[in-house]
Amino acid sequence: MKVGPLPEGRTEPPTLDAGSSRLEAVLRARLNGGSKLLVPYIMGGMSHDWLEVAHAAVASGADALEVGIPFSDPMMDGPVIQEAALAALRRGTTLAGVLDDLARAGIGVPIVIMSYYNPILRAGHRRSAGMLAGAGVAGALIPDLPLEELGPWAREADRAGIDTVLMVAPSTVGRRVGAITARARGFVYAVARMGVTGERASLGSDATDVVERVREASDLPVCVGIGISTPAQAIEASRAADGVVVGSALVRRVLDGGGAEAAASFVGSLRAAIDRI
Amino acid sequence: MGAPGPGGRFGEFGGRFVPESLVAACAEVEEAFKEAWDDPLFHRELDGILADYGGRPTPLTECHRLSVKLGVNVLLKREDLAHTGSHKLNNVIGQALLTKRMGKQRMIAETGAGQHGVATATAAALMGLECAVFMGDVDMKRQELNVYRMELLGAEVHRVSSGSRTLKDAVNEAMREWVASVGTTHYCLGSVMGPHPFPYMVRELQRVVGDESREQYRRLRGGADPDVVVACVGGGSNAAGTFAGFVETDARLVGVEAAGGAAIARGIPGVLHGMHSRLLQDEEGQILEAHSISAGLDYPGIGPEHAHLAAMGRATYEQADDGEVLSAFRLLAEYEGIIPALESAHALAWVVREAGRAIPAGSSVLVTLSGRGDKDVAQVRALIGGA
Ligand SMILES: Cc1ncc(COP(=O)(O)O)c(C=O)c1O
Repeated sequence: MKVGPLPEGRTEPPTLDAGSSRLEAVLRARLNGGSKLLVPYIMGGMSHDWLEVAHAAVASGADALEVGIPFSDPMMDGPVIQEAALAALRRGTTLAGVLDDLARAGIGVPIVIMSYYNPILRAGHRRSAGMLAGAGVAGALIPDLPLEELGPWAREADRAGIDTVLMVAPSTVGRRVGAITARARGFVYAVARMGVTGERASLGSDATDVVERVREASDLPVCVGIGISTPAQAIEASRAADGVVVGSALVRRVLDGGGAEAAASFVGSLRAAIDRI
Repeated sequence: MGAPGPGGRFGEFGGRFVPESLVAACAEVEEAFKEAWDDPLFHRELDGILADYGGRPTPLTECHRLSVKLGVNVLLKREDLAHTGSHKLNNVIGQALLTKRMGKQRMIAETGAGQHGVATATAAALMGLECAVFMGDVDMKRQELNVYRMELLGAEVHRVSSGSRTLKDAVNEAMREWVASVGTTHYCLGSVMGPHPFPYMVRELQRVVGDESREQYRRLRGGADPDVVVACVGGGSNAAGTFAGFVETDARLVGVEAAGGAAIARGIPGVLHGMHSRLLQDEEGQILEAHSISAGLDYPGIGPEHAHLAAMGRATYEQADDGEVLSAFRLLAEYEGIIPALESAHALAWVVREAGRAIPAGSSVLVTLSGRGDKDVAQVRALIGGA
């Protein structure tokens, strides 16, 4: 098995308290400057030009980038990201491979890895966290790892200085919201609707509610994601929230062969939209 | 086999690895099942339906000719005689009652061989619920008749064309649908797999198979228990229900997996479909496709409680390959006049192979015949030829 850079010889891992999150610091600086946050998502290894797409997204105004690790059974994803995962796997994409590419690419904004749990578990918690840190990744979002099961991963992620981003869903209510935000690092991912990823004709009616619940419980930046497909929806979502995550709408443009150019123009249109708020 | 530990753990296995959007729904099912299972009225209603509608108790049949041929005493627990032709009904009647208890109007299900889909569609028709079944494209082709049966029963069958287009992908698609419809819809999972409480709940709903078998065997044999208890394992529900009745006895417990889907022999601990269990996967943690002649065993994982029973050594898990399964299928038809489901034929195939070897001559062997083989006749005919 290919092994990414490991924190060999590191006897005392750096310990971070919640306040020293790199991801959070970068996002806060943008917010303090009066901007809303734009976090595009791209599937690692989905096409030969995926790194160019990533660079284009950053050049067009991304504040952070979510990079997907392909998985054979993406339970939280709709058809577009499923297809991207399949394309990436067909190209032989691996966790270590994506991290190698990212380490070399010099993406100018913080990177959050989005991976299902099994590839992380297979590589090992400590080893995965070390690989992420070694590649300069800032955070990780593991959609099938809820709060109750988070411990073993989060301990290693904390030690390695990787921020674990957590989701709050429309179905998350009561004290659970605070329990999740207390354990979240970097930002809180507010799930706009009950459903999987994929483009939608409208922003979920739950989005604002979820953001308000998170706001009551936490000071962390809040980004809304799942289904945000157009500049108009991005504006609507980031009125209440600090920003948006946009996945399928961008990934589809890349699957359609639009490459870096299409990515730049789409991300640029989102940037321009939320800058008008 | 008692309740799982905190978080739905069986030893190191089990748990609830679902997206945050589904955590509340799993907790709701857990709560509703706990209440129902403690409620004598729920049991009375469930037992009543299983008896008057489902045909329980199913018989325990002694195989006289086959026993002579194999040199071991074979008895079959006849789940093939339950309504819809398999043990799957036990689980779905329970979950359909639970669906109504939770105030929901719709059930969704995944299916491989189509038996769980047919059973769910049946329970939905019986109770006036809506029903949608997700089935892989490959399985829809090999189990055409079951697709039509589901449609006759009023269910919508959704073709799943992603991934390996078999059972594992049908589960993915059902989970995706559940996230989007959880307010009105219950996911009626078909085996002892998935996130907590499903592995526990489905085992409890299937324990009727083991509890009946134990009492029937004891009545027949003056209070004795069988030497060996055998069941086939896809996700593991008929085996878990059977084992639950015998785990406190001295019987040796044997689960038989398809050789091309042997999650205990060749699986590695990992997380899929909401559970931590043994899975066929590559070194990158990508899930591998299982391969079996029987759609119902074409699954790269296994229920977490089986992974635990294997780790504890309380049950062992063996394999049967497609050729052995076809031979056992024919043998039971010719010697006992019973056509078994290809899934169930795996359990028999191991008995046929090991009689006089791993199963000492003269032993008594109780085999759960999880279903009838009508659904497989066309496929077997195409495979081995014939009139
Ligand atoms: C007749 C029969 N037996 C067994 C199985 C396997 O399921 P399980 O291992 O949950 O009993 C199936 C699944 O479709 C089946 O139809």
